[in-house]
Amino acid sequence: MTNYKTDLTQLKNEEMILNMGPQHPSMHGVLRLELLTDGEIVKECTPHIGYLHRCFEKHAENLTYQQIIPFVDRMDYLTSMNNDHIFVMGVEKMMGIDQAIPKRTEYIRVLVSELNRIASHLIAIGTYGMDIGAVTPFFWCFRDREHILNLLEWASGARLLYNYIWVGGNFYDLPIGFEDRCSEFVEYFKPKMRDLDDLLTNNQIFINRTKNVGVLPLDVAVNYGCSGPMLRASGLKWDLRRVDEYSIYPELEFNVPMGEGLMGTVGDCWDRYYVRVQEVYESLHIIEQCLERLKGPLKRSADYDPRSNMPKKIIPKAQEFYIRGESPKGELGYFFVTDGKTERPIRCKARSGSFSNLSVLPEITKGAMIADIVAILGSIDIVLGEVDR
Amino acid sequence: MTFYIISISLLAFVAIYALMGVWAERKISALIQDRVGPVETGKFGLLQTFADIIKLLQKEDIVPTTADKVLFTLAPVLVFTSVFMGFAVLPFSPAYISSNINIGLFYFMAIISIEVVGILMAGWASNNKYAFLGSIRSIAQIIAYEIPAGIAVLSAVMIYQSLNLQEIAFQQGIYAKSDIYFFGFWKVNTVGGFLSWGVFQAPHLFVAAIIYFIASLAEANRTPFDIPEAESELVAGFHVEYSGFKFGALFLAEYAMMFLTSMVLVILFFGAWYSPLPNIAKVQLAEWTNGTYWGIFWILLKTLLIVVLQIWIRWTLPRFRADQLMNFCWKVLIPVSFACLFISAFWKLIVL
Repeated sequence: MTNYKTDLTQLKNEEMILNMGPQHPSMHGVLRLELLTDGEIVKECTPHIGYLHRCFEKHAENLTYQQIIPFVDRMDYLTSMNNDHIFVMGVEKMMGIDQAIPKRTEYIRVLVSELNRIASHLIAIGTYGMDIGAVTPFFWCFRDREHILNLLEWASGARLLYNYIWVGGNFYDLPIGFEDRCSEFVEYFKPKMRDLDDLLTNNQIFINRTKNVGVLPLDVAVNYGCSGPMLRASGLKWDLRRVDEYSIYPELEFNVPMGEGLMGTVGDCWDRYYVRVQEVYESLHIIEQCLERLKGPLKRSADYDPRSNMPKKIIPKAQEFYIRGESPKGELGYFFVTDGKTERPIRCKARSGSFSNLSVLPEITKGAMIADIVAILGSIDIVLGEVDR
Repeated sequence: MTFYIISISLLAFVAIYALMGVWAERKISALIQDRVGPVETGKFGLLQTFADIIKLLQKEDIVPTTADKVLFTLAPVLVFTSVFMGFAVLPFSPAYISSNINIGLFYFMAIISIEVVGILMAGWASNNKYAFLGSIRSIAQIIAYEIPAGIAVLSAVMIYQSLNLQEIAFQQGIYAKSDIYFFGFWKVNTVGGFLSWGVFQAPHLFVAAIIYFIASLAEANRTPFDIPEAESELVAGFHVEYSGFKFGALFLAEYAMMFLTSMVLVILFFGAWYSPLPNIAKVQLAEWTNGTYWGIFWILLKTLLIVVLQIWIRWTLPRFRADQLMNFCWKVLIPVSFACLFISAFWKLIVL
């Protein structure tokens, strides 16, 4: 079995094949990159994936929709809430019950999704600092992420894989006092983000390492199907929360940050990093609005039951249906084929942002240095669980 | 006999310092990163590094099958020995210096260059691509950064007119035999204290001190210049294949190197074992706080402060890229250090 794309016998004298991963510390999991290097310069980079393949789609064909949700959690294990939200939204639309979902339920869903988006971006930012060589931002980000995980654990009972958003409702209503604790967290967290900006974002060494590195032009980004922060950093205002106007996002006020090439070229690593930093602020803004409404007009009441609209049997009519939404990594979509008779989907394909974003890596790493490979990969922010599924 | 006593006590000092240095690094990094660091082993986790070393000694000593076994075994020995030998010429107080030779500084620069050979041996003998890349990066970096370090040191040597580290130390305080001036206009032989330190004897020596400090970070492979062992790129760089005692030796050598370069910085620019307190009229602080034992206290205190500064920098800054590192060295540090050298020459001719 030959694992190499490049024929070793065809190598020139000064060329070397360097296998990065799957156990390399900065491959964000179990990605393997096959690098054709000439000293420090990387001539070619080939990603090899599949080390974390768990047959999500095959599993999904044998499970009911409610049973698929825990599997959806495990795709991108850093943003389970977003995965759940989009999946459940798709099933509800297929069932035609998406309009019957109570407002409070929907607001809770968006609240926990945005909290989870911050948690995911914190990991992206922290590990990116680590890839560049700064270890401290990593710990700062994990410290703050811990508070989010505690909140979500309080709501759902689990720290990472929540299974909280169910078809037609939520697992539970928010625990009593959750809204106040969440507001406290928002107040606590804002200055911490400023500290992080001082430590990492405006650090001259960090800027030098990331500006003009791994520039992703907009046309390449569109051709490869990039989405999420990666596409926005290349200069396209494309946020599915605004484009598709799903859930209650039309009622909320937030900006879509884009890459502006503040430090170098539009679409370089620094832009991708900075789009995520700004998105954390935007998510905080969304959370504040959600909390305001959850404390005010949509206050908890005795007759509110998060499971009241849950269908007894989830049998959508026969159709092919695609639902997409904005997960922190990019466009997350599910394609369902149903026969209208069973409780199981005939086919449930997931389209993940990480996978498409990763596919652009060979294109933007040509001629980069080994240290840049790490910087570029970190700025793509992949989760191998979502790439391989 | 005295030779053995001195060398063994120095070795003990280096070993204990390195262990405590690792502990300090973990504690300081914990402070910076909002953690608590080691707490379980001993009081404040003080015994943590001893436990780590004992663990390292117990581990299987793995030599990869494809490695060059002789070089692989020799490399950590060479690295540690060369760093340790550097301690021979360092004056710890007016009375204590292991080897008072007249080319002490030259010897120091020469001996720490040997470390590079050890790193190259380690990287080459491991027969591992990451180790090899790490060692070639290390060679390029250390050779490049020895130039600004050497020239910065030279500009200080031109002011002191000596290569003997003990003599250089003497010239920065109240025991100085020749006249010393604060920035060339105020004779401070009797005042002493920090006013008579090397950095204040000529304005450009402060720049030289900073250049030497930056270069010493690079020579000790510390962040932001730790590209030879860049953990996120090259896993562990040149020592990726080492385990057990050999890894321990390389690890201790890195910390000993930090101390060594910091101590030379203190000796050259920050008054060596002189007290920072000046004589003010009747309050003869400099007279009272200088002497053999005070000397050991002050030099260790100053050196450890520099080491803490190095640790602080490591946990704050990201890492340079190899080409940026070289650009920084050749385009910034070397021209500035040459400027320092010229100013030194003119300073000696005109001002003094």
